[in-house]
Amino acid sequence: MKSASSLLIWSAAALGILVLPWHMQQDGLTLTGLVGVGQEDAEAASALWQAVAHRRFWFWPVIAALAVALPGALPSGNARARSAFLVWGGLLGLAAIVAQGLAIGVQGWSYPWLTEMFGELDDRQFGMGLGGTVAFFAFVLLLTDGLALRGYFRGDRFVSGAVGVLVASILLFTAWPVLTVLSQMFTPRGDLGVAAAFADRLVDRKIWGLACVTGNVNCGVFWNTLLLATSTATAATMLGLCFALIVTRTGFPMRRGLRLLTVLPIITPPFVIGLGLILIFGRSGVVNQIAEAVFGLQLGRWIYGFAGVFLAQVFSFTPTAFLVLIGVVEGISPTMEEASQTLRASRMRTFSAVTLPLMLPGLANAWLVVFVESLADFGNPIVLGGSFGVLSTEIFFAVVGAQQDFGRAAVLAAVMLVVALVAFIIQRAVVGTRSYVSLTGKGDVGLPTPLPRRIRILAFSIAIPWAVLTIVVYAMAMAGAFVRVWGRDWTPTLSHFQRAFALEWGPTGGLIFSGGAWHSLFTTIQLAAIAAPVTAGIGLLAAWVLTRQRFAGRTALEFALMLTFAVPGTVIGVAYILTFNIPPLEITGTAMILVICFVFRNLPVGVRSGVAAMSQLDKSLDEAAVTLRASTFRAIRTVVLPLLKPAIVTALVYSFVRAMTTVSAVIFLVSAQYEMATVFIINRVINGDYGLAIAYCAVLIVLMMSVIGLINLLVGSRRLGRRQAAPPALPAGGRA
Amino acid sequence: MTRKTGAEVRLEGIGKRYGQVQAVKPLDLVIEGGTLVTLLGPSGCGKTTLLRMIAGLEQATDGRLFIGGRDVTLLPAGERNVSMVFQSYALFPHMSVLDNVAYGLVSSGMRKRDAHAKAEAALETVGLKGFGTRLPSEMSGGQQQRVAVARALVLEPEVLLFDEPLSNLDARLRRSMREEIRALQQRLGLTVVYVTHDQSEALAVSDRIVVMRNAEIAQAGTPEELYTRPSSVFVATFMGEANRVPGTIESVTGGTAQVAIGGMRVGLPDRGLQPGPADVVIRPEAIRIMPADAPDTLPATVSRATYMGSHTEYLFATEVGELFAVGPQRLSRHREGEQVRLGLDLEGVVLVAP
Repeated sequence: MKSASSLLIWSAAALGILVLPWHMQQDGLTLTGLVGVGQEDAEAASALWQAVAHRRFWFWPVIAALAVALPGALPSGNARARSAFLVWGGLLGLAAIVAQGLAIGVQGWSYPWLTEMFGELDDRQFGMGLGGTVAFFAFVLLLTDGLALRGYFRGDRFVSGAVGVLVASILLFTAWPVLTVLSQMFTPRGDLGVAAAFADRLVDRKIWGLACVTGNVNCGVFWNTLLLATSTATAATMLGLCFALIVTRTGFPMRRGLRLLTVLPIITPPFVIGLGLILIFGRSGVVNQIAEAVFGLQLGRWIYGFAGVFLAQVFSFTPTAFLVLIGVVEGISPTMEEASQTLRASRMRTFSAVTLPLMLPGLANAWLVVFVESLADFGNPIVLGGSFGVLSTEIFFAVVGAQQDFGRAAVLAAVMLVVALVAFIIQRAVVGTRSYVSLTGKGDVGLPTPLPRRIRILAFSIAIPWAVLTIVVYAMAMAGAFVRVWGRDWTPTLSHFQRAFALEWGPTGGLIFSGGAWHSLFTTIQLAAIAAPVTAGIGLLAAWVLTRQRFAGRTALEFALMLTFAVPGTVIGVAYILTFNIPPLEITGTAMILVICFVFRNLPVGVRSGVAAMSQLDKSLDEAAVTLRASTFRAIRTVVLPLLKPAIVTALVYSFVRAMTTVSAVIFLVSAQYEMATVFIINRVINGDYGLAIAYCAVLIVLMMSVIGLINLLVGSRRLGRRQAAPPALPAGGRA
Repeated sequence: MTRKTGAEVRLEGIGKRYGQVQAVKPLDLVIEGGTLVTLLGPSGCGKTTLLRMIAGLEQATDGRLFIGGRDVTLLPAGERNVSMVFQSYALFPHMSVLDNVAYGLVSSGMRKRDAHAKAEAALETVGLKGFGTRLPSEMSGGQQQRVAVARALVLEPEVLLFDEPLSNLDARLRRSMREEIRALQQRLGLTVVYVTHDQSEALAVSDRIVVMRNAEIAQAGTPEELYTRPSSVFVATFMGEANRVPGTIESVTGGTAQVAIGGMRVGLPDRGLQPGPADVVIRPEAIRIMPADAPDTLPATVSRATYMGSHTEYLFATEVGELFAVGPQRLSRHREGEQVRLGLDLEGVVLVAP
């Protein structure tokens, strides 16, 4: 039997405090730089060496915490006493690290009251580095080990550690940044005090103004956003329902083709639709040109503004609503409809009195999903918005524009956050009541009732033209990559691709990636490839903890996790630059901040696919492993993971693909060194260089389609190979 | 499998709360080493929770738990010397039978070759020699059950736990498997805690039975004690068919109570009860049809007689209510509506507090 000792973790903490350089190294870490003892330069030294040789007294509490935890980490002794040492050591260590990090910044004391208390400090410190990070997480694990030893989490160190790391990451990378943003609202401005500045920012006609009701002026961005999100959600839900009904309730021969539509939003960079619409309805778009040539009409630039953004969002999000509603329509038990028909109801009455009411909560859910997507959307409004501002674009311009007004960005972000959270809470309530949409899992016998004639005609007449239009928009968008100047010079050309992806043979014979897009493409792929396994790993771990473990605060953890997913990307982007631009975590401009952003933005994908797969897996399988002396980690590695392979692959693929197409948060975080593909494209769009932007989008789409196709092929063949072994995956209650 | 006797399990005030819900009220229980003890009760009575607390899959919120004298209250499942056979067997579908059985040994750090050798031996113990290379899905339900038992046995646990192990088998297989489990337990001297809701299964395999109801122990004892001397109507009816009729204790002398059941008077062990009203529990097989002139009988009308092949089931209407009785086949000549007189075989009659 293994001894449950925390010595290994304690050693990690000791390594982080005594040996590794505490702070971030400007020029990167070298192998010799790893030893922070005896360093001349205080910044390159370990915490211990800084305290001893450089008189940085604020590291003594951290070192003291390490000493406190030691008796608890030794393998012998009374469990209660050991757990007390671990818990107190861990808590003290975390508190000491956080306190010293927040108290002392680049200009000495971070807060005036500290200066008053301790006098001027003629020292300063930069962002935390390897040593600090290792020490921080080691203290978290010492704390959770102590709690497990005390009997929390059923005494399971792995579970308590996993929960501890999850909680710490949520606090660090969501709660802290969001709170920082919110606190920015209260910074004084000019000669205004805290309250006055806050009031001035909040009561802003640019946010809340209603002038558009009476005059020909723009309303406040809040109303713009609300109007846009409401109309988009309504339209996309109606369209999505039409598609869902056609796919599940009619014999339409191209059903499979329609289902492919659901893949589109995943692989489409967020502004492809916008570009396609510009190429059709823009000033030099196809429709405008024809109208002018044939009828002599000047259609003008109506596409830039509400109409354009609305159209683009409906195109973009209808597939999302479709995807949600397929599940809803398929979830309605056919027996209900058959019962209704045997009770002498007509098809129409069955549809209106049984089918539709059963779908209502699902429809509400789809509506809210689209509402939130529209709210958080950045790509479409930035391309097509013109003077029609919404919250996400206003935040962007408040930060990057000439004004550089972080206070204003914070207020806008807070408004957006509140709207998103309200939608999220309503959605939870709605989905909670959905349980009566039969999810029994028992094979419901019976055939779904065919749609009433009138409904069928309606669905087809709405959905089919829209599907055709979607294809046209995509086709136009793609075609734009192959003509010289859309609308003026229709000469077919590959020059856009050449500018972006030119390859040359260097004089020495090596290949030179001389195209302008290579750099951002490689960076994107590289960072997405780093983020994907991390996302999948944390996501599955969270899913496992949430579905398989019962502990105090589980619901709270689940809620916190879901809540972080509801924070719009733009808010996260602003929050990250505000929070991580200064010590103690100074990671703006690094690749790390981008990876962290990807991970926490895409975590829901990992969690959701993990939860779905985990609920298919008999819980007693992992319990059996644990009673068979397997450590929890071994149980996961040898039993849960092998049975979850398809879910892992899904999580990997989707987090990779989404990392490549995301724009809202990363646009704030890119730097010259780490430029992302989407940001590169959007800058080309803003400069009017549509050809190159579209060419790049085309390459991205093809790249991602091939990744998804390849993975689907692999997963598909795997499932075939496992067929013989598959049935016992659900032995519960089954008689083999 | 060298150990002669399994370890004692001692529960001191063990209880489990989920928020406001009391899944198991704090209770004391000692399970002697080398015995098979059944936790029996209707669904939701807390028996499975109790078993999972012994396994370490649930953490007790009250009390302390000792296995073999060692306090394991706070130990996780893997560090207690117990194994469990799950209701669904929980065989790992992606591993061969041999890998399944060897899993626990490899987990505890044994070399894979040794583990496989030991697993082979365990498979032989349960009569599955040579099935090691198969996947669990390629075996029948009964065979899967044996693999699950072998997988738990091979670790030579101090305590072996069974969570309704036979509920997925058909009736005939269930009968033979329970005999196998009992034989194995006695041969190896194992301590076994066995959860079931089937009283005949409990009667067949147990040294002791713990009947649970509403998150607490209703009665614990040997199968015979529980059947012949139930402490409450609940235990009596749960341990088999029983009639409950109102009676009156008229006097108590020297441990014997004179009880009036309608117009009939019988002498029964008093079980500490005082004169006054009491419940009388009568097993169906204790009811006899008596000759018309016999003393101390109860007049009754046959309201239903059902021929069941091996025996006949009667429903009698009497002055103390309906009585359900089982009679040997030859009694089937009594017709519905016939007037009879009933007597009691006192072996199957017991007094319980009202």
